[in-house]
Amino acid sequence: MNAIILSALWGVLMMYTGFATKNTRIVSAVAVLGVLAVFVVNWMEYLGISFFDIDTRSMLVYNGFGLIFNAVVLFSTLLYFLLSGSDIEKSGRTPSDLYALLFFILSGISIIAGFKSLLMLFIGIEIISIPLYVLAGSDKSNLKSNEAALKYFLMGSFSTGIMLMGIAFLYGDAGTFYLEGINAGLGALSPMKAIGMVLLLASMSFKVSAAPFHFWTPDVYDGSPTVFTSFMATIVKAAGFFAFLKLFETAFGKFQSDWQVLMAVVATLTLLVGNITAVFQQSVKRMLSYSSIAQAGFMVLGVFALNIFAKQGMILYFAAYGIATIGIFGVLTKFDDHSIDAFNGFAKKHPLVAFSMLICILSLAGIPLTAGFFAKYYMLLAVIKDGNFLWLAIVAILSAAISVYYYFRVIQAMYFKEATVEQHVAFAPAFRITLLIAAVLLLVLGIHPDLLTGLL
Amino acid sequence: MFAAFDNFPALLIWLPLAGGLISFFIQSEKGARAAAIIFSLLTMGVMMTSLFFTTMEYNAYSQVSYVWLPGLGSSFGLILDGLTRVLCLLTALVFPMVFLLVPGNRYPNANRFYGLMLLAQCGLMGVFMATDALVFYLFWELALIPVYFLASIWGGEKRIRATFKFFIYTFVGSLFLLIGILYMYLKTSNASFSLVAFYNVKLSNIEQYWMFLLFFIAFAIKMPIFPLHTWQPEAYEQAPTPVTMVLSAVMVKMGLFGLLRWLLPLFPVAVKEFNTGIIVMIVIGMLYASLVAINQDNIKRLIAYSSIAHIGLMAAGAFTLKHAALNGAVLQMFSHGINIMALWIVADLVEKQTGVTSISKLGGIARKAPVLTIFLVIAAFANIALPLTNAFVGEFMIFNGLYQFRPWIAALAGLSIIFSAVYTLNMIKNVFYGEAGDAVEGFADINKTQAMVLTVITGLILFFGVYPDPFFKMMYETVGLIVNRYVTI
Repeated sequence: MNAIILSALWGVLMMYTGFATKNTRIVSAVAVLGVLAVFVVNWMEYLGISFFDIDTRSMLVYNGFGLIFNAVVLFSTLLYFLLSGSDIEKSGRTPSDLYALLFFILSGISIIAGFKSLLMLFIGIEIISIPLYVLAGSDKSNLKSNEAALKYFLMGSFSTGIMLMGIAFLYGDAGTFYLEGINAGLGALSPMKAIGMVLLLASMSFKVSAAPFHFWTPDVYDGSPTVFTSFMATIVKAAGFFAFLKLFETAFGKFQSDWQVLMAVVATLTLLVGNITAVFQQSVKRMLSYSSIAQAGFMVLGVFALNIFAKQGMILYFAAYGIATIGIFGVLTKFDDHSIDAFNGFAKKHPLVAFSMLICILSLAGIPLTAGFFAKYYMLLAVIKDGNFLWLAIVAILSAAISVYYYFRVIQAMYFKEATVEQHVAFAPAFRITLLIAAVLLLVLGIHPDLLTGLL
Repeated sequence: MFAAFDNFPALLIWLPLAGGLISFFIQSEKGARAAAIIFSLLTMGVMMTSLFFTTMEYNAYSQVSYVWLPGLGSSFGLILDGLTRVLCLLTALVFPMVFLLVPGNRYPNANRFYGLMLLAQCGLMGVFMATDALVFYLFWELALIPVYFLASIWGGEKRIRATFKFFIYTFVGSLFLLIGILYMYLKTSNASFSLVAFYNVKLSNIEQYWMFLLFFIAFAIKMPIFPLHTWQPEAYEQAPTPVTMVLSAVMVKMGLFGLLRWLLPLFPVAVKEFNTGIIVMIVIGMLYASLVAINQDNIKRLIAYSSIAHIGLMAAGAFTLKHAALNGAVLQMFSHGINIMALWIVADLVEKQTGVTSISKLGGIARKAPVLTIFLVIAAFANIALPLTNAFVGEFMIFNGLYQFRPWIAALAGLSIIFSAVYTLNMIKNVFYGEAGDAVEGFADINKTQAMVLTVITGLILFFGVYPDPFFKMMYETVGLIVNRYVTI
């Protein structure tokens, strides 16, 4: 509750800083301060200190899992502001507005962290989505950005419609919006509930870009300004997955055996489509778009399994995937040329940035001793624990092997190839240090994942 | 026993790791090399010392276990038992030799080169000593990644493609291994990754078949066993020679070691079910590799294919489950590691001095470099496994086991010995004797360091060819434990 209110208020404050000062660096500093403050109050709530006592009629209930999820997301946002703040300043005429929108998104995510009712789910998802449509089109003079915004808006509102339809069916069946209420009661899955559930599955799959509802992702991610692609692909996606997991655990947990095969199909499709398409990309940005679909496939495995390993793995996955992707995007935004060849000989010119990026890529590929390995480890463990779906684990590792192919192309370019064209990229010392800290964090979580998973 | 006794396994991990990190930060080429040599010699010293503390009593193994990820049921457990000691000794011996052989200023950014090499050594030591499946898996990968970078940065012209193929192959294999390990972990009664807990898991026959498959693919790719061997000749050819030495002398032994420590004891029913088929497949692969070696004109590829044949024989020996063959295979793992070093030294000298790797373009080196020729001939005899060389003892015992298992398989596998004589002697004849070609004009004999290393190798070849007993004393007990798992079923 602390985080919702503070982030909403801070969003308003961000708008006013635009009036108060024209110095964009101050605006960025206020934003960093804000996200830090939200992180702290969220952590205080985890420790049991709540500043607001609001009767939400149990529509919003915060437990450890939700608050830790929120903490991971807020931390990723902090990292994102630190690494990409200077790029947010450059995009659009008034960065303070963009920061305000980002804070509103954080407020929506905080609602998602505690929803217990389908109404709150809907409101949270919408508060996240609407600012995103604006951010996708924030590069007003660029046609591709406009196209991305329009596509995102049309497809997004379509999926929202489907979600509402699903909620209506569920309400019609159970007579309540509460998740527990839907799960309660005796007997098998009624047809109406089944229809509602499948509609929600489709709309949530859309939000997290899981196949076969992923078609908007590459275009939107590619067209949007790179800074906001980074935000969409990591923090927003994590929120989508948290909602997905919580919805299916609390509302449909009893019917797991009914929808598990469906979820296995979604996971398989997502893993294969994302990984195989990513192999053919020549642009790092587009490759990362497909890789985000592929990584979503692994996270769907968590929703599929819904056991303790899945929850721990999900949190670790958010952290590992978020930190690594934000790091890589942070470097990528400094490049004008997004092709893989642009990275040729990068390690010679910027050894420290290249090394940090190497760790990020290794983590995404799931190489041991990085956080990404243990994220995948937990997901596999969660799947194998169920016993009957060993084939799904094998599909997952085969696609992980494919992912090595395209991730390592960037490593090969950075470390083993000579620069052909002179690239003019510069990195501020603060950027280099922040990126290195992110990389070290990935290594620490790769050696001691229980620092994070032990909190659950 | 006193406290130092338990610290040997830990030292064997931390010393190379510390050395690697230190070499990374020494900018001067000489300093980095010196640090690498010092640390690898220290590691060797620790390894040698540990032998004296453990040979007296076979059951007394140095063993340590640190707390690590208790929530996951994993602890950082290491052991130095009979089997492990042989392989750690090999690792500890190979690295200083490799470092001594690297001439100064051959590799730009030498500090990274030595740093990565020592990290690879740390990974290898960890693989051999781990008593916890998760730790084993982590070290298994840790050994791979430095080697990937080493070969891709300092390798030959087609290095990026060749080493990437190698990486993808082994990575896929290890992912299968991971699935297997996770499945076993979930089957343990106390949610633990420890080897002991794995030994106590009761699996149904079908489960054993699946698990066998998952583990076997990973190890078979690493060894490599036909038809999963295609990464190997390219990788050996394109990697820089020091890396090739590490790959062929020590890293391929990871696969064989995996068989002995994990696969054979864990899935006895499945092994009994599949071993005849697998041995037949291996023997076919050996004969195929030998025939390819006979027709090979590239000296590096010849050694690579010869290595496939030799490794195959060891794997076949392990699958016979006969006591003699298992002992022979372990001994041969050590011997092969030493012998192939000598072959690579020669191949590297020839390539660097003449710029030619094609056997048909060479000839008459013996007149230019008599000392080198003497060493090579001894190493070549060891490669053919002539009596009085170390390889003879091991291969003889493996054949003994194969014969007990199925005489006709022993007969078929015996062909590979004949083939190995054909290609090895052919190579000596064409490279060292005969008419001197233009390519070998101005060929210089070996320098002092090379002579020293080759003397050590030759000494080991001849000594253990005559007196292999220390090895058997060392590993008899451990190998016996593996065979005993088959007595009850």
